[in-house]
Amino acid sequence: MSDHVHPNEHVDDVHASGHGTLRDYLIGFFLSVILTAIPFWLVMTGAIADKSTTALVIMAFAMVQIVVHMIYFLHMNTKSENGWTVMALIFTIVVLVITLSGSLWVMYHLNHNMMPMNAHDMGQLP
Amino acid sequence: MTATTADTSHNLSQAQLQAAFYDLNEHDHPEGGSTMLGFWMYLMSDCLIFAMLFAAFGVLGGNFAAGPGPKDLFDLKLVAVNTAMLLFSSITYGIAMIAMEKNQKGATQIWLLITAVFGAAFLSIELFEFHHMIAEGATPMRSAFLTAFFSLVGTHGLHVTFGLIWLFTLVAQVGTKGLIPANKRRLMCLSLFWHFLDVIWIGVFTFVYLMGML
Repeated sequence: MSDHVHPNEHVDDVHASGHGTLRDYLIGFFLSVILTAIPFWLVMTGAIADKSTTALVIMAFAMVQIVVHMIYFLHMNTKSENGWTVMALIFTIVVLVITLSGSLWVMYHLNHNMMPMNAHDMGQLP
Repeated sequence: MTATTADTSHNLSQAQLQAAFYDLNEHDHPEGGSTMLGFWMYLMSDCLIFAMLFAAFGVLGGNFAAGPGPKDLFDLKLVAVNTAMLLFSSITYGIAMIAMEKNQKGATQIWLLITAVFGAAFLSIELFEFHHMIAEGATPMRSAFLTAFFSLVGTHGLHVTFGLIWLFTLVAQVGTKGLIPANKRRLMCLSLFWHFLDVIWIGVFTFVYLMGML
C-alpha cells in the first residue's frame, strides 16, 4: 500500500521488532530442556528430602526458565518499541505480584481466623 | 476557547499559532506499524487473566473436600511428555519464523504444520488426562481444588486450541497470498502468542503439577 513511499519501511519494521537467529532459538531450547528436566527429576526422584527446599528450588528454576523464554523466544529487550514493551511488562509484573501475594495472604489469614481447622480447634469453639 | 485564541494571537505569528494547534509535520504511519506493541498489550492483559486463575488455584488448591488430591490424579510422566511437546512446538515455530525471514514460503508452511502437530499432541494428551480424571469421578464439581485446576489448565488448553486454529488459518493465508508484509506481521503476532503460552505452561507445571506432587 505504502510501498511507493517507503519501500523498506516494512522490512525495517520487521527487523526492528526483533528476531532470533537459529543459534538463539537453539540456546533457548537447550536451556529450557535443562531447566525443565531438573525440576521434574527433583520431584520424581525426591532427591532433596526436605519438601519446602524442593519447592523453593523448583520455583527458582521456573523463574529462570521464564526469563530464558522471554529473552530467547519472545526476544524481549529494552529497546524494542522504544522500551514500551518492557514498561508494559514491568507494569504487568507489579499488578501480578500484588494480585497473587495479596490473594494468598488475605485468604490464608481468612482461613486461619474463620475456620475451625481441626478437632482441637473445634473443641475450642464456644 | 475563542477568547484564549484571541488573546494569544496578539503575541504569536500566524505560523506559530498554527504550529501550536496542528501537528504540521505529521509523519507517515506505516500500515500495521503499531500492531506488535498492541498485540504485546493484549498478551500482558491475558497474563493478568492467568494471574487471577493462578491466585484462585493458590487459594483453593488445598480444598479437596475429602475428594481426590493431586497425588491420586496426576501422572508426572504424562506431564513431562506434555511439557516436551510444547517445548518442541516452540522451537519448530522459531524455525518457521527463520524460514519466513528468508522468504521461504514452503519451508515456513512445513515448519508451521510441524508446530501444529506438536500443539495437537499437547492438546490430545491434555484431553486424555482430563477424560481420565473425569472418568474417575474427579470432575470440576467434585471439590474447589478441581474447579480451580480445570479452570486454570482448561483456560490454557483453550488458548492452545485457538492458537492452533489461528495457525491453520495462517498456513492457508500464506498458501494463497504468499509471504506478504501483512502475513509476516500476523505470523509474528502468533509467534508471540505461541511462546507466551509456553511461558504460562512453565507456571502451570511448576505450581500445579510439581508442587502438587511434593
